Formats: sequence, structure tokens, C-alpha cells
Amino acid sequence: MSGARVLVGTRKGAFVLTSDGKRERWEVSGPHFGGWEIYHVKGSPLDPNRLYASQSSGWFGQIIQRSDDGGKTWAAAGKDFVYEGVPGTHQWYDGTQHPWEFKRVWHLEPSLTDPDTVYAGIEDAALFRSTDGAATWHEMPGLRNHGKGHLWQPGAGGMCLHTIVLDPTNPERMYIAISAAGAFRTDDGGETWRPINQGLKSPYNLPDPDAEVGHCVHRIAMHPARPNTLFMQKHWDVMRSDDAGDNWREVSGNLPSDFGFPIAVHAHEPETVYVVPIKSDSEHYPPDGKLRVYRSRTGGEEWEPLTQGLPQSDCYVNVLRDAMAVDSLDECGIYFGTTGGQVYASPDGGDTWNAIVHDLPAVLSVEVQTLP
Amino acid sequence: MIRVMLPAHLRTLARTGAEVEVEVEGPVTQRSVLDALEGRYPVLRGTVRDPQTQSRRPFLRFFACEQDLSLDPPDEPLPGAVAAGAEPFMIIGALAGG
Repeated sequence: MSGARVLVGTRKGAFVLTSDGKRERWEVSGPHFGGWEIYHVKGSPLDPNRLYASQSSGWFGQIIQRSDDGGKTWAAAGKDFVYEGVPGTHQWYDGTQHPWEFKRVWHLEPSLTDPDTVYAGIEDAALFRSTDGAATWHEMPGLRNHGKGHLWQPGAGGMCLHTIVLDPTNPERMYIAISAAGAFRTDDGGETWRPINQGLKSPYNLPDPDAEVGHCVHRIAMHPARPNTLFMQKHWDVMRSDDAGDNWREVSGNLPSDFGFPIAVHAHEPETVYVVPIKSDSEHYPPDGKLRVYRSRTGGEEWEPLTQGLPQSDCYVNVLRDAMAVDSLDECGIYFGTTGGQVYASPDGGDTWNAIVHDLPAVLSVEVQTLP
Repeated sequence: MIRVMLPAHLRTLARTGAEVEVEVEGPVTQRSVLDALEGRYPVLRGTVRDPQTQSRRPFLRFFACEQDLSLDPPDEPLPGAVAAGAEPFMIIGALAGG
């Protein structure tokens, strides 16, 4: 029977949660790399036993780990992330220019076509690629050199490249997102990039409505069957594009807060979208102390709260941008992790939820693999 | 042989015990000891010193013979007892953070 393997990155290690297709009973493995921050763990879609993990620490810096047996054993891989050429400068909080400095790897995105190729989104924002199974890394410098890299600036969490979306129908096309620069697309395999932020509005900190960069994009999601349709959770506003990011329109509709971090699309229904509304700017917990996932079956605008099995009082956790994922079992499973250490799973598209673990360290990322 | 004592997380990473031994040719300094350590355990490269600047990571300290050597120049000779293998060169993680 097929099953699901959930890969959880936390502030103090990685955890691997495994279940059969019913997704009722879970086996927990971990902590792996106990005491280290695990920003992201993700498996190759071509080889589910090939996992990549970003392990970092304020004391000891960045490590990349690789597993070839589904997370049972790990080996340290390459960790040299050296900017191409002279790194240059970007905008600092006070408006001055500040040198680009490597801090950590936020996101690892394995290729859809080659298990040895993997992309890394790093802070300070840049995109790297390895074609040898994470042994060596090389920057894809066309992104920072698109012409306005000097106007990128850090958000409150740092200037991070946190989202990498690969087009399954066109290996030359990919999307990335940076806080706070915005969304970018390449149509030539990463050689050149252009900002795709038309329609995003950030009236308080970005008065120019046509500003090409400077937007605080939190997350982008795509359904593989509709690669030209993108959904975005921005700092404020849930957005949608139907032309590969050339133009965006707001679809926040009746959400109780249009602020949030993650966004995900149902595995089998391209118009079914999930977000977790969060209060902002400084609270960063669910409105009214009720942890609610909101689901739209209409591609946005009309949203329904999903509450069954989720705490509906006194809940003040956050759900971070990389901490939501969907499996592709017959009945789509939805997963998300909280800064309170819970990982919730819904085996029925969001109708009902269970905490499959309650007391992990703060969850930074959640990915799920659908096992054969 | 030079004895080097590692903090717990680096022992796990390098899959060693608390103390390792490295061979240093020439003067025994912070730089030569750390070069030898990274040569024997490549996974530790960049964990003690910034991989670009080669400077000590801010939350780590170096001790030997009951002296804090953290601020000493990297090419200054280490105490004779370290060079003789009688005392370990200690890499200590600062007691900081959450």
C-alpha cells in the first residue's frame, strides 16, 4: 500500500514522519542533527530515497546533508556557497548599500528531471545550483544581475530567497521569490531573469505602484497541471496570476486576514487553494486565537474555514512559509507545521485534521513525499 | 601529534570522540592546527572559521593551558605544551543562544 513520508525541519533538528496510505498512524524518526536549525528538507521527485537537508547554526555555519536511503542515514555534502564575481551591494534597512553576505540556505529544490541536480535559495538572496548531488554549488548569477539587485532589501527575517518553483512542462522556466524583492521568472534555464510583480501593491513601504522590485512575497504555489497559474501569499494580500506571473490580481476575498506565510494547491484540483491567515504586522498568530486553514475551491476570492481537529481557542502559534505541503494520494493529504511544534495532517483535503506530532521544536518547514 | 578537543556538535558532525589528534608540520599555531584539523576532517571546514575570511566564528573560543587564546593572532605559536602534545587545543562553543 502506498504511503506518505513527511519531512519536518525544526529549530532543533529534522524529523521524518512515515505512515501508510490511511495516514492515521505515524512513525516518528528523529531528531536528526539535533540542536541544529533545519531550514528545509526535500526529496527528489525522481528518487524518493534521495533527500537533501539544509542544516545550519549560529555557532558553526552552514552544512548541507544528503540521504540516499530516505532519511535513515545521512552524509555531509558540499557547503561552499560563493557568490559569482564581486558580490556587490544591496539596499540595507536604512536605505544605504550593504555588501551581499552569505548567511544560510533557506530552501532546497530538487530538479524534476535529474536527481543529482538541486537548487538552493540562500540568504543574502541568491540562487545556486548543484549538478553533482550537492557536492559542489555554483551561483546562477543572472538573477542578482537582472539590473535592480541593488534595490533588493531584507525583510524582517533577512533577505532570503525562500521559494523555488519549477515548471514541470518547461525545463527552461522557473520561478523564485525573495523577501523583500519580489517574484522573478526565467525562461532560459536560469541564464536571465525578470521581475514579475505587476499588480502587487505595497502602499505603505513601496509608494510607487509600478515598482518592479521591493515587494515582500511570502510564498508562491503552482499546480503542475496548470503551470501558468500561480498563487501567491504576499506579506499582505493573496494574489493570483494566470499568465505565468506577468500580471497579478488579488483574490483575498473573505479571508479574516490577508496576511500569512504559506500557500498550497490541492494535488488533484487546480482551483482548490489553502492558506493560513495570520494577524500582522507584529502579532504573527492566528486571528482570535483560532487556528484555521482556509480553503478556496474557486481559485481564490471565496474561502471557507477548516477547523475540525484544529484548536479553536487560545492558539497563538505561527505557520511559516515553507511549512505547508500536500501529498498526491487518491484523497489529497494536507500538512502544516507550527512554531508551537505541532504538525497537523488532513487525510481528506482539509475537512478533518489531526496533530500527528504535538511537541516538536518550532517547525520551520514541512514537505511530504507520496511513496509508491 | 597535536591534540584538539571539539565541541559536541562538531564531534557528531565529524563522527569522532571528544578529542582528535592531528599532525602539524612546521610551527604549531592556531592556523596550522586548524588547517590540519580541516585536512583530516573536511566536513569541519567552515565550521570553526568562516570559509571566506578564515576568521574565528564569533560564538567559538579557543583555549589551551588554562589560557583564552581566542584573540591571539592566528600565526602566533601555541603554548609549548600544546605543541608537545601534553595539553589539548580546545575549541569551545560559547554558552549563548536558545
